[in-house]
Amino acid sequence: MSEVAAMHAGAEPAETPLTPESWGKLGMWLFLAGDAMSFGCLIVGYGILRYASTTWPVPAQVLGINLTALMTFLLIVSSVTMVLALAAIQDGDKARFKKFMGFTILGGLIFLGLQAYEWTHLIGHTLPEHNLSFSKDLFATTFFVLTGFHGMHVTGGVIYNTCVLAAVSRGRYVAKHVEIAGLYWHFVDLVWILIFTFVYLL
Amino acid sequence: MASTAHSTSQYVKVFYILLVLTVVEVGIVYMGLPKILLAGLLIILAVWKAALVALHFMHLKFEKTTLMMIALSPFILCVFLILMLLPDIFPG
Repeated sequence: MSEVAAMHAGAEPAETPLTPESWGKLGMWLFLAGDAMSFGCLIVGYGILRYASTTWPVPAQVLGINLTALMTFLLIVSSVTMVLALAAIQDGDKARFKKFMGFTILGGLIFLGLQAYEWTHLIGHTLPEHNLSFSKDLFATTFFVLTGFHGMHVTGGVIYNTCVLAAVSRGRYVAKHVEIAGLYWHFVDLVWILIFTFVYLL
Repeated sequence: MASTAHSTSQYVKVFYILLVLTVVEVGIVYMGLPKILLAGLLIILAVWKAALVALHFMHLKFEKTTLMMIALSPFILCVFLILMLLPDIFPG
């Protein structure tokens, strides 16, 4: 099998009826379903702790939502550049693919930079001003656990997308691999949409 | 893919809808609505946005029903999780 696979880049031994395009796509969907349950448990746990607490600050007043709205916008834009990158490579236009994939990676990096700025600002100024601390207040603990878990996913996504960009440039990856990476990236965007609502806006 | 040109314009359309929904979300937070109404609206908007991303960007709209059920299963399980924890949230 390995010789055949080596001769035909991207060839797979048999097809799955669920995702005839590739096994990897089914694998990514199964992984994402599991990952969604991790996020789901964290968000539900956050909701219950928050509901059961007698004192809970208004998130929008402590965290501020303008910067985070910008971060939401950024992730949505990078999701769009990701689908445009996929459309480009499906058309066989590698140059256009590289441009849009570059924008996607850049969007992820700026998001991480803004999150680092937000965290530093919160830890150094805002939380002490409101007499809150990471170790003593569930408000701060749940915030850092949820946004941190998501931030790690963005970090992983940036690394993943960079690897895909490099592999496509060297001709090792084709459109279906980009589609699988896209699924992961859109999932990270989707989770942020929910976190933005539950942690910042509500 | 023959329909790429068409789908590209579709993606841009979805992007604008997502953008408008985000602006609406931030807008209604500043409007000072009653808490229950605000929470209801925000959750509807969030689920709407998440569904747009899954259906269009992740192409779930064009996938087989079984795959759609796999994608939906975590959300159904989360609803169960909330239901099972209700006795703890509202102790008798």
